[in-house]
Amino acid sequence: MRVTGMSEPAVPTALVAASVTRRGWGWGKAGQSVLPVLTVLAAIVAAWYLAAVWMNASWVRDQAARAGETVTAAQVVRATMVQERPVLPAPHQVAAGLWDGVAGQKITSKRSLVWHGWITLSATLAGFALGSSAGILLAVGIVHSRVMDLSIMPWAVASQTVPILAIAPMVIVVLASVGVTGLLPKALIAAWLSFFPVLVGMVKGLRAPDPMQFDLMRSWNAGGGQVLRYLRLPSSLPWLFASLKVAIAAALVGTIVGELPAGATQGLGARLLSGSYYGQTIQIWSALFAAAILAAALVWLIGAIERVTLRRMGLAR
Amino acid sequence: MNSPRPALRPAPAAETANPVIEARGVSLTFPTADGPVHALKDVNLTIAQGEFVSFIGPSGCGKTTFLRAIAALESPTAGQLTVNGMSPDAARRARAYGYVFQAPGLYPWRTIAGNISLPLEIMGFDKADRQRRIARVLELVELSQFGGRYPWQLSGGMQQRASIARALAFDADILLMDEPFGALDEIVRDRLNEALRALWARTGKTIGFVTHSIPEAVYLSTRIVVMSPRPGRITDVIESPLPRDRPLEIRDSKEFAEISHRVREGLRAGHAGHGDE
Repeated sequence: MRVTGMSEPAVPTALVAASVTRRGWGWGKAGQSVLPVLTVLAAIVAAWYLAAVWMNASWVRDQAARAGETVTAAQVVRATMVQERPVLPAPHQVAAGLWDGVAGQKITSKRSLVWHGWITLSATLAGFALGSSAGILLAVGIVHSRVMDLSIMPWAVASQTVPILAIAPMVIVVLASVGVTGLLPKALIAAWLSFFPVLVGMVKGLRAPDPMQFDLMRSWNAGGGQVLRYLRLPSSLPWLFASLKVAIAAALVGTIVGELPAGATQGLGARLLSGSYYGQTIQIWSALFAAAILAAALVWLIGAIERVTLRRMGLAR
Repeated sequence: MNSPRPALRPAPAAETANPVIEARGVSLTFPTADGPVHALKDVNLTIAQGEFVSFIGPSGCGKTTFLRAIAALESPTAGQLTVNGMSPDAARRARAYGYVFQAPGLYPWRTIAGNISLPLEIMGFDKADRQRRIARVLELVELSQFGGRYPWQLSGGMQQRASIARALAFDADILLMDEPFGALDEIVRDRLNEALRALWARTGKTIGFVTHSIPEAVYLSTRIVVMSPRPGRITDVIESPLPRDRPLEIRDSKEFAEISHRVREGLRAGHAGHGDE
């Protein structure tokens, strides 16, 4: 007992120390990374407040001049923080707008950011699934067929050089004219943007195993399908996850762009558009932040799946 | 030896009983930007069943290329090469050989047993058969306790043993090894050499072994093929007089020193010949 008692603690403490430093969360040693992040965040918020005062002040002065009053600098600053339609809403106004949109409404309400967010999210996920499946399938084809490699890649590249802002309204209008509206047209635009990073990443990933691994497969007389299943696909996973993160953010952008054309009333994109029609800057910024938070959450989610999967497969340690 | 055998091949000559690998005037030229490189030139060699043949020579002498040609991973540009009486590619498709590379090349997402199972799954062995074979080859390479571990949990030497087990699992009669212990330290290498000798004695495989270590070649082989570069060719073939039973200490014996000396002379001659050109 005494012997084990003396030697045992060494391992657990080492493990705990390793897991703490690897995580990079919390204070202590990891605090070195939290502090710079908070500093940058504070600097951004401060700059934002200054910009809000500077950009909203002229309206305050105009109002005062019209009413024949004189205002002190302190009054101007105070007034720039509480306008209903500021040029640039202050951070706390956006935060309040965001909070009201998320928690202050019934989630079935047309003023609820949760409801609009869900509309956008569902089209994003559908487009992402469609686009990344297409990307993976095309990559498999390209890796196995020289003809596909030569014929598909240039078109894939060309598809991405067409401005999505030009394509999106056409897709929406054309599909609406044949009676297809709602989720599908937006999902198609999202898929259009998200297939490309997956295609490029997977072509690279499927070709990633070193020549020795392919020689081994050849020595076992493995067929192309077996090489794909046992070697290429598992080896490509790090590339797949990296490209999926890019793809899901691109899918969200595509969906929002798909919600912008006139007539759209649902989704974060429509919320942005209607906000700009009526000069509801707080609404615009709230929708903008909702979209950013959604994107960050989606990318984080894929990152979490990536970490678990790659660790379990022994591809990341 | 006189028992009736299927008349697939003509009766073998006395000194080449059951030739497994036959090379007749084999040449292999790689085209490169700087003109053709003669990796192999006019190589003649017959390897009989159950032999342990080492190929030794400086880099660029074509020893690896020759082994890869036997495995149908390269194609000779001239001459005739047969494996089990077939073309190398037919032999590859008939799964005639197991190949061991310098790196173990184990999949990190599969356990040791899972890695050994991989060629068996590809070849369509059923599950019970796979498990039987995995247990048997793990025992052969003395890794029975480690089937459930992942490659990163094992030392380099153990990983290489696992890769040998993987090459043995589907019962190919030929084992081709390309500097399998080149990346390991001296002590581990000694132990694995001893284990490989024992494994060869127990299984009766025909082994082709590429190395650039003279002691390794002399200790392991029944025959040592000395090669030299530019163009890659055979300069000497040494029949080992060492007994079948070889403890590691045999390396201190006079015969061992004599063979080592002859190998070294062969390597030097190949080099000098090149200098005279």
